[in-house]
Amino acid sequence: MPITIEQDILIEAPVEAVWRTLTEAEHIARWFAVDVDLDATPGYDGTLRFTGSPTNAAEAPRSRTVRVEVRSVDPERTFSYRWQHPPGAPALPGNSLLVTFTLHPEAGGTRLRVVETGMDDMDWTSEQLDTYLAEHTQGWITHLGRLRDQLVGRPADHRS
Amino acid sequence: MSGTAEERLWAAVTEPGRRRLLDVLVERGEATPTALAEVLPYTRQAVSKHLVVLQEAGLVTPRRDGRQVRYAVRADQLEAAARVMVETANRWSVRLRAIKRVAEELHGAGTTGPPDHPGRTNE
Repeated sequence: MPITIEQDILIEAPVEAVWRTLTEAEHIARWFAVDVDLDATPGYDGTLRFTGSPTNAAEAPRSRTVRVEVRSVDPERTFSYRWQHPPGAPALPGNSLLVTFTLHPEAGGTRLRVVETGMDDMDWTSEQLDTYLAEHTQGWITHLGRLRDQLVGRPADHRS
Repeated sequence: MSGTAEERLWAAVTEPGRRRLLDVLVERGEATPTALAEVLPYTRQAVSKHLVVLQEAGLVTPRRDGRQVRYAVRADQLEAAARVMVETANRWSVRLRAIKRVAEELHGAGTTGPPDHPGRTNE
């Protein structure tokens, strides 16, 4: 069963403002990464730099730069990119995650939907998957995911 | 126990002791409360209570074996639970709220116009 992250939100602003927030580096820097090199042009090969929050108080905040490659750009409708692929490699299924935003005008504003796929296609070690999930979820969710993997990757011979 | 299925699931898995119990069950495939109490720092009674909560959440299933009851993790339910948890709590929900704030400020900037970053001016 593929892991797909799907979320949506109603924004009280026209699609034009939402589009700019998603695609213009200066605005992306206000909701996503601390440094943004991204241009809404298909194929654009950019970077996002994050400062992660430490998992415990004794740890210093870590900084991490992640590659991002723009896929489709349909102004004020859809915007997608692949990210998390390793240095020196093109972004492909299996080495990156696909994020797709869709915008729909709605009474009162814009419905913004984000879909992220590819976590389970990644050629990641379980450790890398753990790291990713830990950065994107809470620790106990990671724990649950690991248990699930352990269980699903094993024949369920005890079930009739 | 009250609440929706999802609330029961959350309550069941957010407790670290119950996750340790799940760890052991996943590792062994199946175990009796007595066997679980031997490897976990809980009494048999405490283990049984945890098992009731996990069973109500649909995460474990009992099987009678003579005078004993053996418990196993339900793979399908754990799979569903993991997915629900990831979807509910992942960072995108946080980011979407941040996008909403930025876009709404951007939209309002022309009329109400408070600068979002004090000290930063727009050209």
